Amino acid sequence: MRPLALSCFTATSAIGLGLEATYTALRARRGALAPCAFETVALQTWVAEVPQVDAVRLPAALARFECRNNRLAQLALAQDGFIAAVQACAARHGPRRIGVFLGTSTSGMLQTELAYRRRGPDGALPEDFDYATTHNAFSLGDFVRRSLALEGPAAVVSTACSSSAKVFGSAARLIEAGVIDAAVVGGVDSLCLTTLYGFHALQLVARGPCRPFDMNRDGISIGEAAAFALLEPLTPDAPAGTVWLTGVGESSDAYHMSAPHPDGLGARAAMLAALADAGRRPEDIDYINLHGTGTPSNDAAEARAVAALVGTRVPVSSTKGATGHTLGAAGALEAVICALALRHALAPAGINTTRPDPALAVDYLIDNRLDELACVLSNSFGFGGSNCSLLLERPHG
Amino acid sequence: MAEDPPPPLQAYVRAIGVLGPGLRDWPSTAAVLTGREPYTPALTEPPPPVALPPAERRRVGATVRLALSVAQQAAAAADLDAAQLATVFAASGGDGAICHEICSTLASPERQISPTRFHNSIHNAASGYWSIAMRSTAPSIALTAYDGSFAAGLLEALAQLRTRAAPVLLVSYEIAYPEPLHAKRPLAAAFACALLLEPRAGSDTGARIEAALAQEPCDTLEDDALESLRLGVPSARGLPLLRRLALGDGGRVVIEYLPGLQLAVEVTP
Repeated sequence: MRPLALSCFTATSAIGLGLEATYTALRARRGALAPCAFETVALQTWVAEVPQVDAVRLPAALARFECRNNRLAQLALAQDGFIAAVQACAARHGPRRIGVFLGTSTSGMLQTELAYRRRGPDGALPEDFDYATTHNAFSLGDFVRRSLALEGPAAVVSTACSSSAKVFGSAARLIEAGVIDAAVVGGVDSLCLTTLYGFHALQLVARGPCRPFDMNRDGISIGEAAAFALLEPLTPDAPAGTVWLTGVGESSDAYHMSAPHPDGLGARAAMLAALADAGRRPEDIDYINLHGTGTPSNDAAEARAVAALVGTRVPVSSTKGATGHTLGAAGALEAVICALALRHALAPAGINTTRPDPALAVDYLIDNRLDELACVLSNSFGFGGSNCSLLLERPHG
Repeated sequence: MAEDPPPPLQAYVRAIGVLGPGLRDWPSTAAVLTGREPYTPALTEPPPPVALPPAERRRVGATVRLALSVAQQAAAAADLDAAQLATVFAASGGDGAICHEICSTLASPERQISPTRFHNSIHNAASGYWSIAMRSTAPSIALTAYDGSFAAGLLEALAQLRTRAAPVLLVSYEIAYPEPLHAKRPLAAAFACALLLEPRAGSDTGARIEAALAQEPCDTLEDDALESLRLGVPSARGLPLLRRLALGDGGRVVIEYLPGLQLAVEVTP
């Protein structure tokens, strides 16, 4: 693919609002998982909740989009000058020439869960419940497109935990086709009962804070996050230090709906496709931000795929010990974390993990590694066997 | 240095699949859309997903069965290796029946939701089951643009064709939601269509389509019942395009995409 600059990017998760707070937390190895006190959830599990979401109010004109997921989106959009950067881009190209491609798994489903508790005697949902602007996955795309006053093409990708990685591909293809000049990409997923009880029912949830790649890992910890990037084609005047998206690789496992291929064949195919898309080789990779959910089988499969690709030569880690698994937002959140890694020469530690599983033949970081990085890979794999890897680069000098 | 303008968003339609109320496949749908046969709506009955392994076959709901059936119609009509096809699954929302079950359970004191129901609730369930059924490791995406999901899927499919230069199967599908969700999202019927698109003309390919964003009124259908179907199910927003393909005479159609933005498709026989 033709490289695209991440000309502005931002992330909001439980470890911090915006880039500065996110980087500070990563640098300090500070996580945000805590025993679950979300809503009325009665499960022994830890979650990474963004406490500031509750106080957010949407603008009056967009009040019908009111739900936790869109509040989280708004909170994140307000960080790091993102809105101003998009407005400047829209002023350059026109609002019809900028696309919006976002990922989510559950969007505002919490709103429906709550509405079901308020069903009338006839079983009807309450008057004030609005499906289209809250629960429906496109609610997120519609809300962000209106918030940013953009008028170009838009879609919401919902492929479980690879959703907001795959949007980078969709946006890149339309930019390459000349349909748009730039795109807002990203992902937003927020806590809801469906995912908390659903992953619990599948027995995939850790009892304590998740410990990806640890000998004693016992499942995921769910988090919530919103992350966005403005993607634009290469311009000669791009500032030094710009982070580029250079490759997107996608594959399907064709194996099982909720378990990965045991040898990580789909994961490996996605990583190889991202490298091929960028014209890079495995030797070029300096760091891999793993999908690293913390379930025994997910990590084992990913480790086999990574080991087959780069052996123990490349430092790898999962940042889900800090942020929790933010599901449909994970792809975009971890792409932004990779951009921070490139910018600050920091391969972040996988926190909570104390004894990396020796059966997983990779160089798993349990301490930060401060070293120049030029080329990093971010993995996102989801239910339905949906895999996506992104290659991000920041040339030295 | 001046750059060459990018090639247009275009494709050749190799095969089509349709399943909807009174519409059982592409030949019968084409006969209705061209007025050769009268339109008589009837309940849509998605066939069992015979391509899936028995364990998976038992687990899938009606939405996945509907999507897989039109996808298989198109793949079978084209007589090519379905495992090699990249796929785009476009649906305005997830499975309503599963959502209803999950939300009902979560509103009860027990809250014990079924693990199978949970993993089947994902928007990419049809995509996942298709890849398992066809043993396809090709890229697959699942997306929504609410009522404009068909156009969003078509745009994604055409962009993929341009980038990867390999065939893409677009599958667009919805099933009516049960109450009380139906009152909040009144989908009129179960309808699905699939378009198997190729980047280059071949001996078996049909019409060429070329798409561009537009700001014009959407095409409608003359037959009242068909127009109700078009407006009643987001996937049926593609019917004016299917009609144009059935007529075989070429021309331009405008289909619904987003508020203030439509997709215009030029069909060349």
